Amino acid sequence: MVGDLNASPTAGLFVIKFLLEVKGVKMQVLKEGKGELLGWHDPDEARKWVLENKSRELKNKTMSVKEAVSRFVHDGDFIASGGFGHIRVSMAIIYEIIRQGKRNLSMAGKTAVHDLDVLVGSGCVNKAEVAYSFGHELRGLSPASRRMVESGQCKVVAETSNAGYQWRWLAAMMGLPFIPSRNLLGTDTGSHSSCKVVTDPFTRKPINLIPAAYPDVAFIHVHRCDVYGNAQIDSILVEDFELSRCARRLIITTEEIVENEFIRREPWRTSIPFLVVDAVVEVPYGSHPCEMPGMYYYDEDHISEWLTLSKTTEGTDEYLQKYVFGVDNFEDYLELCGGVKRLNYLKKREFLREPMTAPWRKLR
Amino acid sequence: MVQESKYNVREALAFRGASVLEDKKSVFVGTGLPIIASVLAQRTHAPGLFIVFEAGGLGPQIPELPISVGESRTYFKAIAASSMHDVMSISQAGYIDFGFLGAAQMDMYGNINTTVIGDHDLPQVRLPGSGGANDVASFSQRLIIIVASQSKRTFVKQVDFLTTPGYLDGPGGRERAGLPEKSGPYRVITQLGIYGFDEKTKRLTLISLNPGVTIADIKENSSFEIIIPDEVGISSEPTEEHLRILREEIDPAGIVLGK
Repeated sequence: MVGDLNASPTAGLFVIKFLLEVKGVKMQVLKEGKGELLGWHDPDEARKWVLENKSRELKNKTMSVKEAVSRFVHDGDFIASGGFGHIRVSMAIIYEIIRQGKRNLSMAGKTAVHDLDVLVGSGCVNKAEVAYSFGHELRGLSPASRRMVESGQCKVVAETSNAGYQWRWLAAMMGLPFIPSRNLLGTDTGSHSSCKVVTDPFTRKPINLIPAAYPDVAFIHVHRCDVYGNAQIDSILVEDFELSRCARRLIITTEEIVENEFIRREPWRTSIPFLVVDAVVEVPYGSHPCEMPGMYYYDEDHISEWLTLSKTTEGTDEYLQKYVFGVDNFEDYLELCGGVKRLNYLKKREFLREPMTAPWRKLR
Repeated sequence: MVQESKYNVREALAFRGASVLEDKKSVFVGTGLPIIASVLAQRTHAPGLFIVFEAGGLGPQIPELPISVGESRTYFKAIAASSMHDVMSISQAGYIDFGFLGAAQMDMYGNINTTVIGDHDLPQVRLPGSGGANDVASFSQRLIIIVASQSKRTFVKQVDFLTTPGYLDGPGGRERAGLPEKSGPYRVITQLGIYGFDEKTKRLTLISLNPGVTIADIKENSSFEIIIPDEVGISSEPTEEHLRILREEIDPAGIVLGK
C-alpha cells in the first residue's frame, strides 16, 4: 500500500502529509502549473453567460465575413480555430481578422499551424497557450511565428498537449471547472501548464486536473450547414464537437448552405447544433490553402510561398499586402491563387489523381 | 561510419522501427518516420497492425504519405474517422500497445524535448511543443522513439525542457508521478543502433549495433553513459522487398526518406 501512496515527485514530503491525514484522504494539491489560466470561468458564471447570451430561437444567422468578424472578434479576445493544423481551417475569418487589424489576441495553439502562424506573423496574436504551434508538421518550422516568439513579441503563456487542450474544451462544454486526466504528469509541459496535480481521493494516486477553457470566440469551417447554423462535418471532427459547444461566440464558415429540411433528413449527421452558433458565413473553398477533407487538398505551392516569404518581416508584409490587404474578399483571393484551374487541380490531389508534390522540401 | 550501401540512413530507421512493431497490436503514431515505419510493418510482417492517429483516424489503409497527422489520408479506408477525444480517451483507457514518436533531444531515461532550446520564456529556438507526444508517451504501454541523428547534442545528460515523459527520474518515476503503471519507453532507434531500457535502472541500454558501427561510435555520440551489455547483436538489414515498398509505395517522392 505505502508504495502506491508514495506518489509524488516530492515523495518524502508527500508521505508525511499523507500520514498526517491518514484515512480521511483530502484532495491535496501536489503541484500547480505556472502557466497562465486562459479562458477559465466559474461554471456558474459560464452558465449565466450562456443563459443570457445564447438564443434558442431558430433564426437566420447568415452574414458576411466582414460583419461576423466585426461583431464577434474583439481586441484582447481569447480565440480558437477549428480543424487541425492545415485541415479544415476557416481561412476567410483569419484573413478578415488581419484585415480589420485586431490586436492583442490570445490564441489556443491546439495544434494551430497555418492559422496561428499567419495571425502571429501579422501581429494580431501576441499570446498563445501551446500544444503544437510554430511548425508546419512535415514541412518544417514556421519562420514568422518563431521569429515573433524568439524576439519576445509573442508570449507563450502556457504549455500543454493536444489531449490537454482537447480536455480543456471538454470540461467547459460539460459545464465543469476541470476534468481529471493522466497525461502531462511529471513533465515540464505539465509544470508550465495551467493544470494542477492533486491526490485522487479514490485511488490515492496523483491525478492531473485540466481546467476548463471557454474561448471568447471560435471559428470552424464545415462542409455544409443551414442558415440557422446546424452543421455537418464529413470527416474527423478533431476537437470541434467540444470546441463548438464551449466557445462563447461561434462563427461557422461553410462550403455551402443547405435547406433545414436537408439537415432534418439525416439528423445523426449534425455535428454542431444551431443553438451554439452565432454566425453563418458561406465561403466556398474557404479552407484554402489548407485541406478540406473529401473536397480539396492543401495548396502546397501557396504554403511554400508563405514559408518562403515569411522568413523575413518584409516578406511577411509582402505576402499580407498581396493576399490579404490587396483583395476585398475571399473570391478575389482565390482568383489570385490561380482560380478555377488551381482549385480543380487541388480537387484531383485530394482524390489521389495527381502525384504528391513538396515544393517546401528545399526550405527545410 | 555508415557503409556505402544499398539503402540510406532514413530507410534503415524506417525498417528498424517497423521491425519493433507486432502483428495484431495497436500503434499510436506521430508525424514522419513513425508513419512510414508503421505502414511498412502493416505491408510486411504485421498486416493486422491497427494504426491510430491523434486527430481521429482509426485503422486506415494509408494510400499516400500524410503530411499531417490530421489529414484525410490518415483515415483513408479506415475503420472509423472520429475525434481527438475518442482517440485520446481509448488510449488513456489502455487500448494502445505501442506509441511511436520522433525526438530531437533525449536523455538516458527516454525523456524527450520538443519545446525549446534554451530558456522557456525567451528561447534560443522555439520548437513546436508537445503536440500529441506527451499524450502518446503517457498513455501507450510501450513507447518507440526514433532519434534520426544520434550525437552528443541529441543524446543529452539533461533535456532543456522535459516535454514528453520517458522514465522521468528513473525507476518508479512514472508511477510516482501518477502515469499509468508499467508503461514507458521500450525501444530507441538511431542511425547507430537499437536500444532498450535496463529493467532495474530504466537507463538506456544497447541491444544491437547497426552494421559497420562500433561500440566506440556509440559512446562517442552520447553525452550520457549508455549501458553496454556483454552481448550485443548486429541490427538486421532491410530486404529488397522492404526497400521497394518504402521507395515505390510509401514515399515515392522521397519527402521523408530522401533520394
